[in-house]
Amino acid sequence: MCVVCGCSDTGTSKSDSSPEVHPTTGDLHFGAGAARVSVPGLTQQRTIKIEEDVLGANNTVATQNRAHFAAHGVRALNLVSSPGSGKTTLLCATIHALKAHAPNLAVAVIEGDQQTSFDADRIRATGAPAIQVNTGKGCHLDAPMVASAYAQMHSHEHEHDHGHGHSHDDAHDDAHDGHHHDHGHDHHDHHDAHHHHTPQSLLFIENVGNLVCPALWDLGEEAKVAILSVTEGEDKPLKYPDMFAAAKLMILNKIDLLPHLSFDVARCKEYARWVNPGITILELSATTGEGMQAWLDWLLQESAHHHHNAPDARQTRIAQLEAELAQLKSAV
Amino acid sequence: MHELSLAGGILKVLEQTRARDPFERVTHLRLEAGALCGVEISALRFALQAIAPDTCLAGAHIDIDEPAGSAWCMPCSQSVAILSRLDPCPVCGGHQLQPTGGTELRVVDMQVV
Repeated sequence: MCVVCGCSDTGTSKSDSSPEVHPTTGDLHFGAGAARVSVPGLTQQRTIKIEEDVLGANNTVATQNRAHFAAHGVRALNLVSSPGSGKTTLLCATIHALKAHAPNLAVAVIEGDQQTSFDADRIRATGAPAIQVNTGKGCHLDAPMVASAYAQMHSHEHEHDHGHGHSHDDAHDDAHDGHHHDHGHDHHDHHDAHHHHTPQSLLFIENVGNLVCPALWDLGEEAKVAILSVTEGEDKPLKYPDMFAAAKLMILNKIDLLPHLSFDVARCKEYARWVNPGITILELSATTGEGMQAWLDWLLQESAHHHHNAPDARQTRIAQLEAELAQLKSAV
Repeated sequence: MHELSLAGGILKVLEQTRARDPFERVTHLRLEAGALCGVEISALRFALQAIAPDTCLAGAHIDIDEPAGSAWCMPCSQSVAILSRLDPCPVCGGHQLQPTGGTELRVVDMQVV
């Protein structure tokens, strides 16, 4: 008997792994099967109720990251896209532009890639602090990786920029253990004055180039920003709906190349709004600077007010309240 | 292949439970992966099969329930059933939909010996 799904080797398989085959094209769809029926378990055995979110451990750390960012006046954005959409070029252009537009705004970058520190090197060349996170075989960043990277960056900033005499090992160890539970780290107690003077700052988290997996992992960011370059085709939002549904902002990058392509901007926006009616969309070219002002305005305007809840959670809550309201109305 | 990370997360949940409430092994595990949660069920099964040997999950039956997707249609002001995030509202045909159900990804319960 199969150890995973319980199907018999000789009998009828109840495995749900067979894809649906398109009758004319032969395309395979692994997500189209009918919902499986749960098989009742054996009653003589002991049952343990768990009712736990599979991503619960990650989400706990993400919540700690979010609180940590808020306590430090940091607005964190999670940049997601396929490889080659121009995320790093956009970040470098953004850092240069922010130096002119908002010289007091501190900008830092956490770079996620499977291998190499090429991207962090490019960011550091702009003068902004960057920490490279190599995920090895991993296809996404998770909240503990971001907690470690942020702690690393934070202790470095203190050492290099402020020359604080005492060690920040406490914060560092906390992050590695995933225990960011309180914000009474030593440096808070001893350096209140420093934190009152900390300017509002931006933390860009450049995720691994992948439009699938990063959609599921909350890093503690205020918003996911999906970057789509016009060389990729306008149907990306429909091909990777989970990511575009999770993003608050979509950036259409490389618009300077539009004259050479058959990319339908209007259709792309329509597709993005199919999967996410509330998504904000900006068009720009990081290379020519066209459209950059609107992106900078979005960054600066949004960083003026703090959002402590994940946008998804807020939208879901609004939808729930609307649903309750409708039920109450229908009952009257 | 984020399902492998998720399978690792599931095993972690089981091991944490085992530390609190000791048992020898899991015989039945029940998971819930909603139609809109972004997880491919067959890939999740494959990943669980890959990590199960030499863990408390070895030899366990795994049931994965798939709660159907539902969404709130803003123009219609009602909850409607959808199969995927790409579906239009079955009533008005619009896309002003906010998913409200089928996004869960949970370990529900397990039977142990």
